[in-house]
Parts: sequence; C-alpha cells; structure tokens
Amino acid sequence: MAEEKKSAVLETLVGKFGDDIVSTHSDFGDDTALVRRERIVEICTFLRDDPGLRFDFAMDLTGVDYLGEEPRFEVVYHLYSLEKKHRVRIKTRVPEEDPVIDSVIPVWAGMDWYEREAYDMYGIVFRNHPNLKRILMYESFVGHPLRKDYPKARRQPTIGPDE
Amino acid sequence: MTEVVTYKREAGKLDMQAEPMLLNIGPSHPATHATLKLIAELDGETILKLTPEFGYLHRCFEKESESHTWTQVVTYTDRLNYVSPLMNNVGYAMAVEKLCGIDVTERCKYIRVLISEFSRIIDHMVCIGTNMVDLGALTNFWYFWKPREEVYMHLIEPLTGTRLTTGYTRIGGMAWDLPDGWEEKARGVIEHVILPAIADVNALLTKNRIFIERTMGVGPITPKDAIALGFTGPCLRAAGVPLDLRKDETYLVYDRFDFDVPVGEEGDTCDRYMVRMEEMRQSVRIILQALDQLPGGPVNVDDPRFNLPPKQEVYGSIEGLMNHFKHIMDGVQVPAGEVYSATEAANGELGYYIVSKGGGGPYKIKVRPPCFPLFQGMPRLCEGGMIADLIAVLGSVNIIAGELDR
Repeated sequence: MAEEKKSAVLETLVGKFGDDIVSTHSDFGDDTALVRRERIVEICTFLRDDPGLRFDFAMDLTGVDYLGEEPRFEVVYHLYSLEKKHRVRIKTRVPEEDPVIDSVIPVWAGMDWYEREAYDMYGIVFRNHPNLKRILMYESFVGHPLRKDYPKARRQPTIGPDE
Repeated sequence: MTEVVTYKREAGKLDMQAEPMLLNIGPSHPATHATLKLIAELDGETILKLTPEFGYLHRCFEKESESHTWTQVVTYTDRLNYVSPLMNNVGYAMAVEKLCGIDVTERCKYIRVLISEFSRIIDHMVCIGTNMVDLGALTNFWYFWKPREEVYMHLIEPLTGTRLTTGYTRIGGMAWDLPDGWEEKARGVIEHVILPAIADVNALLTKNRIFIERTMGVGPITPKDAIALGFTGPCLRAAGVPLDLRKDETYLVYDRFDFDVPVGEEGDTCDRYMVRMEEMRQSVRIILQALDQLPGGPVNVDDPRFNLPPKQEVYGSIEGLMNHFKHIMDGVQVPAGEVYSATEAANGELGYYIVSKGGGGPYKIKVRPPCFPLFQGMPRLCEGGMIADLIAVLGSVNIIAGELDR
C-alpha cells in the first residue's frame, strides 16, 4: 500500500509510535500494523484509551507459525471499537529461541484464555500471565500441535487418571 | 476496564471452620449439554471460586484445515457450532471470498440471509429450551423442539440433504439453488410453527412468577465487564450494549431489511432469555422481508476459477474433465494474503482469520468462536452466587462445545 493511502487509525498509530511500527498495510480492507514486541503493552493501552481510536474490544488473539522465516512466530491481535465501529489488526513477531511477549491481560481482561491457547498451540510464552498453562490440550501433552513442524499424525503416549 | 482483573470475591465467609468443598460438574453431566467441566469451590451452596475447563471435544479443526483444500474446509465448519451449522458455512465462505475479492450474486446473498436467520431461530430455541429443562420447565423444551424439527424436516433437509453436516456454501456461491416450493414452505413453517411456538413459550414463561424469580438477578454482568471480557451477541446485548454486526458492520443484504436490535438492562439470565425471544421475532421479520425480495438468477458467480464446470462439459470434453480434476484435486486457487471476516452468529461474533500463501488450501485458519469469551466469563457471572444458579447461567449463555473446542 502506498504511503498516502494510510487509514486514519494507522496514521494515528504511526504518528504516535514512529519507528516502533515496523510496517503497515490495508490489504483486503483490513488495517494492519506490524509492531515491535517490546512495546506491545504500551501500544495496546494507547489503542484502547486514545479518544480517537477507542479499541475497547479485543476480539481475537492467535499465533501463526511462519516456519523458515526469521523471526518464526507471529502473534496477531484483532481489535474492534464499539464507539468508532472500526477494526485494526496488530501483529508482532517473536523468534523461535526466545518466544516471549508481554501479556496484554492488564489492557483487556478477556485476552486471558486466548493467550493460553496461543501458548498451548504454538508455545509462545506470555510474560506476566497469571495462569499460563495448557487450555485445549492436557498437561502431559508433549509439543505444540499447531506448529508447522508438528506432524499431523503424531501419536502421544496414552495417559492414565494419575496424569 | 481493568476492574475485572482486580475483581475479588468476598473471601473468608465460610460458615464453619471448614475447608471449602470442591465439586466437579462435568465433563459428562446432563446440565452441561456438552463436554464441559466446571470445578466449583463451595461454601455450603455458595460458589467461592469457579474454574471452567474444556478441550474434551477438540478435533483439531485448525490443524486439519491446513492440509485440506478451501472447499473441503467448508465441511469442517459444520462441526463448529453444531446447533446452527449453516451460519458457520456462511461465515467461512464470506471470509474466503473476501480474500478472493468475489462479490457473490444477489440471490446467493438472500439465500445466505435466509438460512442464517432460520439457524439463528433454531439456535435460540435450543438454548432457551435446554435452559428451561435444567430449571424444570420441560414443557417449553417440547414447545421449542417441535419447530426446530419442522425447520430441519421441511427446510434444511430438503435444502442440504442432511441435518447437521450441511456443507451448503461454496467459495463464490452455494452448492445448489433452493429446491422448488422452498419459499412457500418457509412461509408456512414461520406462520404455523415458529410464531405459535414463540407465543406459547412467551405465554408460559415471560410473566411466570416462578420463572422470573428463578432467573431475574441471576448471573448479572455490567456492560463494562462484558466488553472487557469480550462478550458478543445476545449475552452482550442483554447487558445493554447494542452491538450487532448485522447493523454495525452490515454484510450480505442486511441493510435492506427493517429490524430492531433488542437490548436488556441487567445482563442477567432473565435478560438473556428476553433478548433471545425478541431476536427470534426479529429474525422472522427479516426472513419474511427476504422472501418478499428474493431475486431470481444464478446462485454462483459466473467465474470458472471458482465454479465446477457443468457435468455435460466434464463428460463431453477433455478441457472440462481436466478443469473438473484440477478443481477437485488442487482446489480453488486463492491469492496470498490475510483477512479477518466476522459475522453475527447466534451466540455472537464468529470471526475467521485466514492466512493464505496462495494455492489450493489455507496456510492457517483461526476461528474466533463466540462461546470462548462467554465461557471464560463464567466465573465472573457465577462467583458469589448459588450452585443451583450456575446451572441456570450456564444454560443461558449457551456454550456450544463444538465451537469452543474446535
């Protein structure tokens, strides 16, 4: 997308955070910003509280595994504003050897389980999460099933009632 | 909006010098209606702490979809919310079409509205019916089960051939057109079955003192907390927030219909019931208007990249046969990119986040199921309340394990 076509939301975001916004696009009509992971909580707080943005709904959070790319994982946030009726997608990259990002639960309480799911499925660790444990899989499950290098047909050891 | 995080239950209220009692409800319990587990920490009958657990119905939807073609994934979406599968089909097709830049035909849009609204009605009927069973009002269950069966028998089965595994949408349209006489049947079912059933249940419940005392003030939530927890759909509207994507981010042809968005005040079980009852009446209004306006014409876009070739071409020419083979084996070719597409499903916002690297199948699909934040909010709704109210609340938020676990 050309620079001058940037939407108002992305404009505000880039104006405020400058270089911390790595790239933006509005492909298919979805405003998207790739941001630095170190600033994620600050950026999310700004998105929620800025009177022109007011992203009070965090609709979705997920990971994506871009195996073979560097950094490997992406954490994707989908936000919605009840007042302004607009949406934005915030993405941030985390590397495989250090898949850690700050939790956004202080910003949106509803992100708790989404972060647990991203941890369960991709092994992304959310720092300061109060209860970061598996959510869909069981505790003794080995590996993270939505990673691209996890074979679809892999069998896990049978567990008994003690586990 | 951080109030929820710092929300504290009143601790140390145990009657006796006793440990709180742990009670496991589920995963196989008649009142959970699915494989859900709730661990309640009790002081007598008061819930001190509630821990929801799930995952018993996890069928790897997202992992499986990564190794199937775009069209094959349609059949997987049936199994998300298995009470209103047609809505999942519509939401998924719309997401892929957004990626392809397809504008589906007018008739297709109307058919999608019709099947979505019928699905919403039967979904709400199941929710209210089973909720009332849990509270001991069995008659309402039968009053609502009958119209649901009539919708299946006269409308959904003739249309899709099945009850649950509908798989009715395609990328760029529908699997086939409405069968002959479907419109008249739809009007008949509404007039003779759905509206009388709503009136019957309304007469039995809405001013019923037992029902009101059992549900009013049970499991309330403030609009602020509901927003912070990500509630959508009837549970959010019951709390007084008029968010309905059919109005706020209008899609398909919802902007052409005259309908209202009902909201509650307290966000309690009674309000959730009231909102669902009114939504069914509004869905009836939408269906009647859509039937009046239903245009003719094709249901699929006129584009050989997305349509299967006609059978006479497949059997009559080598190009047609090759085209058919490529369609089935390689799948519809979708450009690279990422989209998030949301529709207003029966329980709230059903979102599909799709990443494509080009080619015949998705790189990643993430479903945002409306039940996920609702089930997450269960402790907020139930802690401090009575254990018997937990059952009332659980039924009224309508957790569908199929979409919760995927």
